[in-house]
Amino acid sequence: MKKSVFLGALTVAGLAAAAAAAGTVDDVKARGKLNCGVTTGLVGFAAPDANGEWNGFDVAVCRGVAAAVLGDPAAVEFVPTTGKTRFTALASGEIDMLARNTTWTFSRDVDLKFTFVGVNYYDGQGFMVPKDLGVSSAKELDGATVCIQTGTTTELNLADFFRSNNISYEPVPIETNAEAQQQYLAGACDVYTTDASGLAATRATFEDPAAHVLLPEIISKEPLGPLVRHGDNEWGDVVRWTLNALITAEELGVTSANIGEMAAGTNNPEINRLLGTEGTLGEMLGLDAEWAKRAIMAGGNYGEIFAKNIGEDTPIGLARGLNAQWTEGGLLYSPPFR
Amino acid sequence: MTTITDPPRQSFQLSMLLNDTRYRSFTFQAIALILLIVAIAYLASNLARNLEQAGLNISYEFLRNPAGYDINQTLIPYDSQSSNLQAAWVGILNTLLVAFLACITATVLGVVAGVLRLSNNWLVSKLMSFYVEIFRNIPVLIWIIIIFTIMTAVLPAPRAFRGDEPAASMLFGSFAFTNRGIYIPGPQLANPLFAATALNWVLVLLVLVGSSFGSRALSRWATAKQEATGLRPTTWYWTLAIWFVPVVVLLAIMGLSWEYPALKGFNFSGGIKIGGPLIALWFALSVYTGAFIAENVRAGIQAISKGQTEAAASLGLRPGRVMNLVVLPQALRVIIPPLISQYLNITKNSSLAIAVGYADITATLGGITLNQTGRAIECVLLLMLFYLTISLAISFVMNIYNNAVKLKER
Repeated sequence: MKKSVFLGALTVAGLAAAAAAAGTVDDVKARGKLNCGVTTGLVGFAAPDANGEWNGFDVAVCRGVAAAVLGDPAAVEFVPTTGKTRFTALASGEIDMLARNTTWTFSRDVDLKFTFVGVNYYDGQGFMVPKDLGVSSAKELDGATVCIQTGTTTELNLADFFRSNNISYEPVPIETNAEAQQQYLAGACDVYTTDASGLAATRATFEDPAAHVLLPEIISKEPLGPLVRHGDNEWGDVVRWTLNALITAEELGVTSANIGEMAAGTNNPEINRLLGTEGTLGEMLGLDAEWAKRAIMAGGNYGEIFAKNIGEDTPIGLARGLNAQWTEGGLLYSPPFR
Repeated sequence: MTTITDPPRQSFQLSMLLNDTRYRSFTFQAIALILLIVAIAYLASNLARNLEQAGLNISYEFLRNPAGYDINQTLIPYDSQSSNLQAAWVGILNTLLVAFLACITATVLGVVAGVLRLSNNWLVSKLMSFYVEIFRNIPVLIWIIIIFTIMTAVLPAPRAFRGDEPAASMLFGSFAFTNRGIYIPGPQLANPLFAATALNWVLVLLVLVGSSFGSRALSRWATAKQEATGLRPTTWYWTLAIWFVPVVVLLAIMGLSWEYPALKGFNFSGGIKIGGPLIALWFALSVYTGAFIAENVRAGIQAISKGQTEAAASLGLRPGRVMNLVVLPQALRVIIPPLISQYLNITKNSSLAIAVGYADITATLGGITLNQTGRAIECVLLLMLFYLTISLAISFVMNIYNNAVKLKER
């Protein structure tokens, strides 16, 4: 018994050393599967459907990367992570990338040694309360019991907001979104707070969504984006430019419907560079010329992914808002493909 | 004439390390020890190298930084600007609180169930074996979650107490059972003797300890009298007086009054709140561990030979006295050692608190602080140190007790 534990520990230690040495791109190619960390289930962002197939806004990023690197959007192993386990999973090499509505902050970037490759959703922290509570502003929440997902930036924002407004509250720390939903609906807490997009997604799954309101205050900036480990810049570039390819495709009007005809060649050189008919961008990235084409074909461009998973026609019903292209007054602004 | 001489002293040779049974075991133990040290050193250096490669280091600086988060049950002053160290202390006290409460209730429950399981009454003994088998064969985490879920689902939310015709009302107008916890009246001192509230209660506690010594002395005096004269003087009213008069007088001087919980805004305020997570955890740990203790108690009682019971009965002792005066005192020496491990289990199992959002040390230092600072190794090492210290302390205290009750061999 003792011996087997000991040998096991040695093996783990050995594997950890090996994982740190090789490049992630090569690892993923050799494995034939991308290990992508997602939430344990947040409808619209990442949740398995009735067939066990993962779907959602964050899932689409994983599928895009898998399509770009491996040529198959289905070659993804989705690893559900909680707010607490996600960083350990990424740092230890259990997952290759994390696409789990994770806020880009200074300390996560600098101190935890992660590289945020971009922002796929500009969010802010909001509050949801039952309508019959008669609350119209977060500043009226003095003395309220607040459900909050533990280990998130929202936990710290919440403490700051109530302190700066000189009102008190009682936190109820919760591990997962599903648990929070149960506690909130049972009335064990008056308020549920998390990113406004997450609140909208959670409310959409309620039996009676109209009985709950989102308060107008947005108390923080929450740029959510995919992230990878520090120290493997090639892999970071692959994920970063896959995300940028999805955003640029929308800007340039490349959709999953017209990509076939556009890939035959257009008079717009940037589209040609993006889709690999001109220049050697794919080669520079260590991939083939059609990487971006495959990423876009996996689930459509950024706009299509948004509309399909969390847009206004879905039960979640989020407007583009800050997440519109810069040409339409939003913040999405991909660096040029050149 | 023969003389017996010592066999010639054989000089030590290196081959004897393997061939001579006197030395062989030492050789292998030394080899095993060296291998173990090498393995640990390898793992440690691997850790250090990987950390260095990732650009990380081991540092406890973060303990001094503000924690930034709030905690719902704090026994000592704490706010979001307090340090991570203070948050850890809050967690430690919460762990100790729930462990202490659960140890007491589990012991009471276990002793009662263990004794009743041996009852001659078929229904009682079967009910108790039912309790034992159900509770110890389902993981404690499941019990914690079941109890917590039932509590939140069955008990009314505070807002059900509002309005002219509320859906729920308070018991005796002073106890509110809500799905966030139970609110009970809290004692208030109108003219305390010390500025710090805690000191007043320490004073009350000291008076109670004094009373307990007083009543012990009284009972010793009564025993001495009984042995001298054969008649035991009636002392129960003196005992009552010793217990109650000093405390009541002290509390009257300090002006004790009760503060009743009342619905204010979103929640009840005033009085004392026993949070739902604490109740769920306390209750689950008690009934789960109580089932194990019941088995220990049963084993202890059955280890006492039947002759003892029969001898005691033939002296004319009633069954209750046989149990209390003859069987249980002897059974204790069998019960105590496994009881120590049950207490350790309670303390360690209390780390499941995170499942219901109870802010114990695993939830504050090992949960939120770890997560917000990313200092996983440091936090986990501290956690290990804490649980080790607490467990060793419990073992130490219980071993002292064990030495007091174990069979005295003279």
